[in-house]
Amino acid sequence: MTVAAEPQALNFECETGNYHTFCPISCVAWLYQKIEDSFFLVIGTKTCGYFLQNAMGVMIFAEPRYAMAELEEGDISAQLNDYEELRRLCEQIKKDRNPSVIVWIGTCTTEIIKMDLEGLAPRLEAELGIPIVTARANGLDYAFTQGEDTVLAAMAARCPEKAPVAQEEKDERNAISKLMNFGRKKEDVKASDSEYKDHPPLVLFGSLPDPVVTNLTLELKKQGIKVDGWLPAKRFTELPVLEEGYYVAGVNPFLSRTATTLMRRRKCKLIGAPFPIGPDGTRAWIEKICSVFNIEPQGLDEREAQIWEGLEEYVKLIRGKSVFFMGDNLLEVSMARFLIRCGMTVQEIGIPYMDKRYQAAELALLEKTCREMNSPLPTIMEKPDNYNQLQRIYELKPDLVITGMAHANPLEARGITTKWSVEFTFAQMHGFTNSRDILELVTRPLRRNDNLKDLGWEKLVRDEAIV
Amino acid sequence: MKLAYWMYAAPAHIGTLRVATSFKNVHAIMHAPLGDDYFNVMRSMLSRERDFTPVTTSVVDRHVLSRGSQEKVVDNITRKDAEEHPDLIVLTPTCTSSILQEDLANFVQRASLEAKADVLLADVNHYRFNEMQAADRTLQQIVQFYIEKARKKGNLVTEKTAKPSVNIIGISTLAFHNNHDCTELKKLMGDLGITINAIIPEGANVDELRSLPQAWFNLAPYRELGPMTTDYLAAEFGMPCVDITPMGVVETARCIRKIQTILNAGGADVNYEDFINEQTIHVSQAAWFSRSIDCQNLTGKKAVVYGDATHAAAITKILSREMGIHVVWAGTFCKPDEEWFRKEVEGYCDEVIISDDHGLIGDRIASSEPSAIFGTQMERHVGKRLNIPTGVISAPIHVQNFPIGYKPFLGYEGTNQVVDLIYNSFTLGMEDHLLEIFGGHDTKEVITKGISADSDLGWNKEAQAELNKVPGFVRGKVKRNTEKFARDRGQNVITLEVMYAAKEAVGA
Repeated sequence: MTVAAEPQALNFECETGNYHTFCPISCVAWLYQKIEDSFFLVIGTKTCGYFLQNAMGVMIFAEPRYAMAELEEGDISAQLNDYEELRRLCEQIKKDRNPSVIVWIGTCTTEIIKMDLEGLAPRLEAELGIPIVTARANGLDYAFTQGEDTVLAAMAARCPEKAPVAQEEKDERNAISKLMNFGRKKEDVKASDSEYKDHPPLVLFGSLPDPVVTNLTLELKKQGIKVDGWLPAKRFTELPVLEEGYYVAGVNPFLSRTATTLMRRRKCKLIGAPFPIGPDGTRAWIEKICSVFNIEPQGLDEREAQIWEGLEEYVKLIRGKSVFFMGDNLLEVSMARFLIRCGMTVQEIGIPYMDKRYQAAELALLEKTCREMNSPLPTIMEKPDNYNQLQRIYELKPDLVITGMAHANPLEARGITTKWSVEFTFAQMHGFTNSRDILELVTRPLRRNDNLKDLGWEKLVRDEAIV
Repeated sequence: MKLAYWMYAAPAHIGTLRVATSFKNVHAIMHAPLGDDYFNVMRSMLSRERDFTPVTTSVVDRHVLSRGSQEKVVDNITRKDAEEHPDLIVLTPTCTSSILQEDLANFVQRASLEAKADVLLADVNHYRFNEMQAADRTLQQIVQFYIEKARKKGNLVTEKTAKPSVNIIGISTLAFHNNHDCTELKKLMGDLGITINAIIPEGANVDELRSLPQAWFNLAPYRELGPMTTDYLAAEFGMPCVDITPMGVVETARCIRKIQTILNAGGADVNYEDFINEQTIHVSQAAWFSRSIDCQNLTGKKAVVYGDATHAAAITKILSREMGIHVVWAGTFCKPDEEWFRKEVEGYCDEVIISDDHGLIGDRIASSEPSAIFGTQMERHVGKRLNIPTGVISAPIHVQNFPIGYKPFLGYEGTNQVVDLIYNSFTLGMEDHLLEIFGGHDTKEVITKGISADSDLGWNKEAQAELNKVPGFVRGKVKRNTEKFARDRGQNVITLEVMYAAKEAVGA
């Protein structure tokens, strides 16, 4: 393998190239499902709408809780009044769907025509009597998963400022604790509160499927840490209380804007931890939260060891193999760190955007992991150039390329094993238990190819077709 | 602003890119923000393309927005020129970047000074054109560009080929069953003794375009891609065009007869009547199917048809004329083609619907209660909800429209495939009988299947139980008819009595 002379520190580069990732408005696809009483209105062009409908594979069949406000020529040339137009559409939505919140997703086009969504929203909100949250999930400033970041940052401003006084009331509000205490008597619940150690309130941020939310909440409960709420919650009306001085921790690596908003606007204290991806990351995440609360973590060694033991059948398939991240969903650093811990070599970490401050703890863990695993430190390539990356892939011949959908089939046709990065975006991958699912995905192409290896069908294009 | 949940036609740049990437050795540069470049994903994921899609995005980001593209687009064009040596580079904006009002024509001019390739700006209004119109326009633009270039260089080929020859115009990537249609057309032309001069744009080199005029005629099977090009070639060179879609036995024969007329007018002496007869009666199974016992059971069954203009019109004619199926309404989302569409389906259906509102189409399907739907993926989904079988006959494309097996819609093999699709979409003949005889085997709890409003009527226990006994495939119809009956008479609760009265009144 032709890895350049081993660098002593992580090597950050930025190609500012022509690269492909999904549009940040994709976040609508998972956020509308997560926030059950919401309606997402994407204000953009046909290009945006067709993307959601077609490339994302999210066929808008059942008139779900999202739609396009399709900008037409009259909107672009400012012949129509933006306020009146949006009012007409939102009234329709209120009538048809009656959501608890309408989230306006601004796009590149609203940026270019300088539509003042933030200015229009409060007026319309007052007129309609429905909260309107505005997020600028545009492709001029953001990539793919960062769309979630823009929405959560906007929602952070809507979290209640004061906790309700009565404890009972609070229990009622908190859907998760209710769920966890399901079927238990009130006295038991009171008693179980004492299972928690005394610590300042903690709110977690990042959109995860409900089973994963429960899972991570329970992992922290094992350490006596009580999660006071999640941003986002299952319902907009259940957004967590954020008082000054509350602690917050992120679960996704692409939420730097939300983190900043929580710190600066809501005066919360950010716990900068690696992300709970893989057993190593999950452990580090819990440890960091514990350390901030001066809690001695219990049984984490055993827990992590036990998870690794269960993963061994997968790990042995990838140990010693190499992986190349072309860069797509901003989960790359966490994934790379976990795969290096599994014994893989990472040749390049492409990533659309690298916030070194928000990801500082994750980067430190990556470096530490490389040292401990005696693995070369990978180059982190921000805003990569896909063409150049392909040349590097041909040269390095990685065992696995984790890539966006545009390059997957052409690479496979050239005998290069791939996995779609998008699958990780939609998989349940956080926490100890779900580590298995990450490796199930990572090893699937290797297992598939192993099944077919005797057929000699590695390269399915003619030589001259290789670019 | 328009509240939109679903689009039947893609935005304009998709049409332009479909044409550009169909050609061999043509590269497209998109001037667009991150995320607008999902065309590449569609090629890789929907049509399982093995090669990298020759489209590069010159990324429009915050810097470009504030300072303009400056050298970026020009640099990207010349870079691709050096890296991939394409014959032609097509530059296109998207809806988004077209409003930046950057002088893309100027970029193209500057880049063409340096690049070895030809450089062209796709000339499309992104807010007025949809995918189909843009594709049609871009193809015509590229053809015109190379005809004029050849004229200047003096290497235009206008002398007709010695033997009858044809240009097949309108086959492209990411289009509905186009690859299989193309194979079938090639076979058909071979059977007719006609040489293929060119197939554009799919798989063609731009250098072939200067030889287009040497063909005896153009064949443009699709309304959605080709007519602008054939019009241009007719105006420039007086080239005749066959624009009859050879879909279905009758239309295929009509298409072949038109070809015959053109060839004979051009000095050939061909008679295809025996060929048509042989194919119709003995080779294709479609005509025989129409006379078979199976097809008898389809007589008078109700169907609705919706899709792009070409496919919706052709399928309507097949259903009505070749199978005796009652087409309640036929519709298309190709609004600019309204006049053509109405003329084509006149006399083959009760009503014509021109609309791209999927909600309206869904409601009209629900209220028509057809036995089968022929539509797009969207109508397939509507059919699922209403428990009405659906055959997909038209774009917007979906991964299912790239079947691995051979499934053309055109030509004589196409007639077989279409028959299979239609026949299998209806509840099968014998199955239908058995259900009627034995009262159905579906005892599932009833689900309301109305698309629009939920029922405000209550069913009492006995009536509900009775309703559950009705076979699943007609249960929705019985329910709706009974409710309509009750509503008309101002009754709020449906009892057994009401149900029977309704049955007597409407024959439900």
